Amino acid sequence: MNSHAVELHNVGKDYKYFRLNDISLNLPTGSITGFIGVNGAGKSTTIRILLGLVHQDRGSVQVLGQSMPDQQVLAKREIGYVSEDMRLYPKANLAWHMQFIQAIYPNWDQAYAEQLLKRFDLRAEQKIKGLSHGQRVKATLLLALAHRPKLLVLDEPTTGLDPVARQEVLAALMEVLADEQRTILFSSHNTLDVEQISDHVAFIDQGSIIESTSKEDLLDLWRRLRVRITPGQSVSELPHIVQQQGNGQLQSFITNRYSPALHQTYEQAGLEIQAIEYLTLEEIFVASIQARREGKTL
Amino acid sequence: MSIHSDLIISRTDGRPMYLQIIEQIKQRIALGDWPAGSEIPSIRQLAIDLRISVITVKRAYFELEHEGIIVIQHGKGSFVATNTQLSRQVWEDELNSYLEQVARLAALLGLSNEQLIQRLHAAASHKQELL
Repeated sequence: MNSHAVELHNVGKDYKYFRLNDISLNLPTGSITGFIGVNGAGKSTTIRILLGLVHQDRGSVQVLGQSMPDQQVLAKREIGYVSEDMRLYPKANLAWHMQFIQAIYPNWDQAYAEQLLKRFDLRAEQKIKGLSHGQRVKATLLLALAHRPKLLVLDEPTTGLDPVARQEVLAALMEVLADEQRTILFSSHNTLDVEQISDHVAFIDQGSIIESTSKEDLLDLWRRLRVRITPGQSVSELPHIVQQQGNGQLQSFITNRYSPALHQTYEQAGLEIQAIEYLTLEEIFVASIQARREGKTL
Repeated sequence: MSIHSDLIISRTDGRPMYLQIIEQIKQRIALGDWPAGSEIPSIRQLAIDLRISVITVKRAYFELEHEGIIVIQHGKGSFVATNTQLSRQVWEDELNSYLEQVARLAALLGLSNEQLIQRLHAAASHKQELL
């Protein structure tokens, strides 16, 4: 068994106004990865490449042990994909779509599909054109989940959902992971969802992966320190400072390498550390993007 | 007997989720809701119940195991350790961590030790009145 469900190695793609900069990304089997980036950062391009929908100009893509795009037919049997721009036939009902998907995928699980129908409060006989946005998202998710894919790829699954529908969707995603062989990649700019359910986090900005790590490590290493410094002293030459605020005696700064050793280094430099705070994933994401755009290396 | 998880993860609590899990599991064990030796939810099951990531629960369980509060048996499940001294120890540890906080805040406010002790007396007698 391959320990990675997805392996991207130096994958690049050039468009006229956008370039994917030779990105590398591994998704461990059985994990759930949150893929975070602002609009236009390259999330959807990356996702389409790993699905074989777009062919990369450079680099290698392995999905469930198959090389993409050459072996995409084999790989796609085991992939479930849900995206915002996915269209169902407005005039057909959900039952028709379920039969259609069932005809394509041999692993279709009808009992599970019916269970999801109830859970998502959907009616199979209802025509797609009568569904709300939330119901459409849940319908496409049902179609993707019920063929029991080994890899589930979701492009912005929770965007535009009301709070109740979002929780229903997140709960359904978590249940997929009860089977340790199943892997999920979902892109989002809602960092709260990513923070809640993901094991791994990847940040993408301007076509480059700027962070790819375990979520717990990330939340642990980034801290905000509130310090008191002696007048005239500057914190700018201290190591691992990503962002700094204030210019009086009381200042606060963000570090991305917090450890007891670093704490000691700061104290020895004459800082009086008054508080150490955790950051939310959103704060970490924004600070890393800003630091990178200011030309700092993290 | 397996225990149904009824932990609650707060989004407004500033602490990381794994610390919230550790605290709530410790409380359940200390109160006897989760008796010594009993099976507790598996890492994956608790993650699914709480709709949080597996790695977060894993981290909490590994720390609890490291502290000797639970035992993780791979392939079998996780159990409350059969250490009877545990519940008292859990509260002792908790008290100590609060006392450290109190000492830090007192220093921040510039309280003398005598003033701090007075405040502690006042808090303790207030608690008595409530009982």
